[in-house]
Amino acid sequence: MTAFADGLRDQFALRAQGPLRLLREAAFARFAKLGLPTTQDEDWKYTSLAPLAQMPFEPGAAAAIGAIDRWTLADSAARLVFVNGKHRPELSSPAPRLRGAFIGSLAVALAERPDLVERELARHADDQREALTALNTAFLEDGAFIHLPAGMVLEAPIHLLYLSTAPGNPAHSHPRNLIVAGANSQATVVETYAGVADDTYFTNAVTEVVLGENAHLHHYKLQEESARAFHVALTQVRHGRDSRFTSHSVALGAALARNDVRARFASEGSECTLNGLYMATGKQHLDNRTLIDHESPRCTSRELYKGVLDGQSRGVFSGRVLVRQDAQKTDASQANKNLLLSDDAIVNTKPQLEIFADDVKCAHGAAVGQLDENALFYLRSRGIGQEAARSLLTYAFASEMVNLVPLGPLRARVRDLVTSKLPAFERLKEAA
Amino acid sequence: MTRTEPMLRVRDLHAKVAGKEILRGIDLEVGAGEVHAIMGPNGSGKSTFAQVLAGRETFEVTKGEILYQGKDLLALSPEERAVAGIFMAFQYPVEIPGVGNLYFLRTALNALRKRRGEEELDAMDFLALAKQKMKLVAMDESFTGRSVNEGFSGGEKKRNEIFQMAVLDPRLAILDETDSGLDIDALRTVAGGVNGLRSNDRAMIVITHYQRLLEYIVPDRVHVMSGGRIVRSGGRELALELERTGYAQVEGRREAAP
Repeated sequence: MTAFADGLRDQFALRAQGPLRLLREAAFARFAKLGLPTTQDEDWKYTSLAPLAQMPFEPGAAAAIGAIDRWTLADSAARLVFVNGKHRPELSSPAPRLRGAFIGSLAVALAERPDLVERELARHADDQREALTALNTAFLEDGAFIHLPAGMVLEAPIHLLYLSTAPGNPAHSHPRNLIVAGANSQATVVETYAGVADDTYFTNAVTEVVLGENAHLHHYKLQEESARAFHVALTQVRHGRDSRFTSHSVALGAALARNDVRARFASEGSECTLNGLYMATGKQHLDNRTLIDHESPRCTSRELYKGVLDGQSRGVFSGRVLVRQDAQKTDASQANKNLLLSDDAIVNTKPQLEIFADDVKCAHGAAVGQLDENALFYLRSRGIGQEAARSLLTYAFASEMVNLVPLGPLRARVRDLVTSKLPAFERLKEAA
Repeated sequence: MTRTEPMLRVRDLHAKVAGKEILRGIDLEVGAGEVHAIMGPNGSGKSTFAQVLAGRETFEVTKGEILYQGKDLLALSPEERAVAGIFMAFQYPVEIPGVGNLYFLRTALNALRKRRGEEELDAMDFLALAKQKMKLVAMDESFTGRSVNEGFSGGEKKRNEIFQMAVLDPRLAILDETDSGLDIDALRTVAGGVNGLRSNDRAMIVITHYQRLLEYIVPDRVHVMSGGRIVRSGGRELALELERTGYAQVEGRREAAP
């Protein structure tokens, strides 16, 4: 039993009642046994949770929240707002009534439609070996549940907004989301994680995605947590036959963040695209980890993560593509590109390709560079000041990821988030 | 009769890069309305001189001075020089994927206007100005939707430089080997654009390896650089002489000098 788990035990005991009690008790026992990962653990070699381990976290209060306009999306089909992990119907806009669909709170779904939920919940994310996933399952209480019946196509995005507030002691929350997309269904889901103020808190989110045959899901994760927050998240995807998953992970906030995306090709003919952008300043630490498990033939994966590291920040990219023996005709490519803006910024990049099949097409690569001095001089010689010129070139590097966002309003939102991270960009906002 | 202060006065300019002296005492005066050509073999320091004028920090000026409109140019950053009216057309224009060509130019123009205390142009007014200036170098409107120089041919890049010059309207323009890599048609177009920008209140320094460009942009003065100095100056006939005799003669003369 570690000190961190010990500190959480009483809180767990208070909340252990209710549905899924056995599942949660087992998960807490596993977390207690595993403890928080340390840098001795290969998967956490570059990211130390020591500052987190020392922090006494409490469950977040059901605090009042002011205007949420700055995080909402104008064109969403439904908005579910969570504050400190709990669904807040009064801040949410309900989903349209759709026959056979469920778009709402997981807690409500567990009470009303346990048949739909329990079939898939906690069956995909690995809470046996992953301590933080086990911790999430242990504190599993609320989050989003999206169930799309076969053939349902939703054009407008479903927005899941997770706000944290901890004006007093540091708070922790463990949002748990489950997205089950039936055969031939299509949808876009946006997860936004943000801090209401500059508070210290810990968000530990898990999203399980289950794609039926020929289902298409666009998944966005916008991480804009407070500058003092800890953020850990896992998106675990199970691909059914001929399904498509596209992920855009934009990590800008938090003092320390770790974002895991894992996709498993459980059947043939699927496509997975993982796009990522992480931009760190000051002493931020942004860690990205991906796993694409080609266990079935004829699947395609495309991965591009870009990092911009300034100040004394640190970026980590660890991407593993596993092509198993039976996964013939796999087509996989993976790239990680990093821009270091200061001498004190660090990036650790570790692209891994493991191939056990013989008839495959695979490529991977990583690059770390700095701003091009020629380009800087070119801009300055035209009258653009040094700081603005640096911002413009940095934006140019990041813009590739912005332009990969297909929905106009969402792309504009991502662009604003990216530009707000750059100095002297006020006047350069229309760059794209 | 007193002579007015030239727009540019360079005195005994020395500059080095990575410990190696490239410029070894340049003296030059250029008046408003004049076009000066600087010729010379590869490695003579022509492009270094152009970049020192534009403020490239790679080169360290170790001695001498540059007065521009009577003020110390070396004290200014590259962007301050642009605000003061200096423009260099690059020998190798830089590609900037992700930044729109027109957006970039409007940002630059408005940066200059703002720092000069002038009103900034909005997108519509800028577009009208840009379209008018694009005609000068026969630039296709498809340029407007592309990233800065990305995927441009050599000729397109050079035309884009002259287009930028037309929009930014400098007082002193330095054209660094604007003819390199151009076929004869592109050379005519680019030279036509440059000639259209000649005026009594603008000076130009045209740097070239070949006399050919000077058939289209006829200079008032021709200077020959060798070994980091100007070793000969004369009228346009000097360019024709060099065309016949080559640079060996000027280089030989330098070797013979004490």
